[in-house]
Amino acid sequence: MNIDSIRNGYVLDHIKAGASMEIYRLLGLDKLDCSVAIIKNAKSTKLGRKDIIKIDALIDLDLDVLGYVDPDITVSIIRDGVQVEKKHPQLPKKLVNVLRCKNPRCITTTEPHLPAEFVLSDPEKRTYRCSYCDSEYHR
Amino acid sequence: MRHLIDITDLTTEEIDELIAVAEDIIAQPEKYQEVCRHKKLATLFFEPSTRTRLSFESAMLSLGGNVLGFSEASSSSATKGETIGDTVRVVSAYSDIIAMRHPKEGAPYAAAKVSSVPIINAGDGGHNHPTQTLTDLLTIHRERGSLNNFTIGFCGDLKFGRTVHSLVNALARYTGIKFVFIAPEELKLPRYLVEDTLEKKDLPYQETTGLEEALPQLDFLYMTRVQRERFFNEADYIRLKDTYILDPEKLKSARPDMAILHPLPRVNEITVDVDADPRARYFQQAANGRFIRMALIMKMLGLKA
Repeated sequence: MNIDSIRNGYVLDHIKAGASMEIYRLLGLDKLDCSVAIIKNAKSTKLGRKDIIKIDALIDLDLDVLGYVDPDITVSIIRDGVQVEKKHPQLPKKLVNVLRCKNPRCITTTEPHLPAEFVLSDPEKRTYRCSYCDSEYHR
Repeated sequence: MRHLIDITDLTTEEIDELIAVAEDIIAQPEKYQEVCRHKKLATLFFEPSTRTRLSFESAMLSLGGNVLGFSEASSSSATKGETIGDTVRVVSAYSDIIAMRHPKEGAPYAAAKVSSVPIINAGDGGHNHPTQTLTDLLTIHRERGSLNNFTIGFCGDLKFGRTVHSLVNALARYTGIKFVFIAPEELKLPRYLVEDTLEKKDLPYQETTGLEEALPQLDFLYMTRVQRERFFNEADYIRLKDTYILDPEKLKSARPDMAILHPLPRVNEITVDVDADPRARYFQQAANGRFIRMALIMKMLGLKA
């Protein structure tokens, strides 16, 4: 894959340096059979260092995951080799099946098939709370 | 469909309405004795309870309805590995309303997602216990004629004490209330309650480890038991269980009109010789549980007298 030229897919840019592998894991990119490029510690005038992920397919991209990991990420959508749209994910109000509750008293620890739901409780602190047991998680 | 998972599921107006109905039930019980005729309440108690289960059952029977259910997980299919969701899907086909207690936090929330009838949380681990809160609110209302302008002290296990968490959340909506939290360091009120409920609303509160120094300012003292079942470590339980014991000697410094509340069961945190003191209101509080649950069942089923 020539990482500079995607025909149809996404470029996730301005990822905080070091966060790309977490995004790779949370988005399930390891399960794709298309080309995925991870560029770590690229030079950035804005951030100093940044990570970039390029995905060579128009998959169903979960913007909530990106907004949760780093709301400063930019998502460029490429069609026929041309950038057609640029998105800025927001800090999501609700996360489903992104985090797992670590509270051993929470019902989701004994019934792991339940959807893991977290609700944004404090946008400034980027705090989420488990919808089942109210346990807090900070980004 | 409405469920009651957390006390915050009810608006202040709805709480006031439930209290008004409960007061009317106390005044004229005969008016309500057929309201739930042919209706069935299922009590799914995955954890033992005396007061809560029996008060739910008594409430439904007092409304002319019927009850079915189980009183411990060992007599349900949970022992065979059945999920909460499957149990509730089945039971909601057999009943009109479900009261559920479960040792795991959030179990009633999971149940509500799949139930075809209203779910009432009758206690989920150390998390929430909204009908105890309604009982407590009715008791406070009956003692003072209002839910505003008083000082209430919470004493004992404020970390795992679900009754405390729910009551603090509910009282935070009323005005002129000062909170005093009396607990050892290890059992202090969770930070999220302090930050999100008290500090965000700028409500006056005080945290202390001393019961005697806090007593003289209180209109209500809400005692709690240190619950063995909430500890993973037996040694921690033994070290903390006798931190606060209310006895007639300590009560000498309390106001003559202070009301002592306790969600019960008590172990030894209130000595039995306090029971004769007119300030001991915890048995009346337990009795109030039936009336407020009657009002709640009616509301959840959309029935009126």
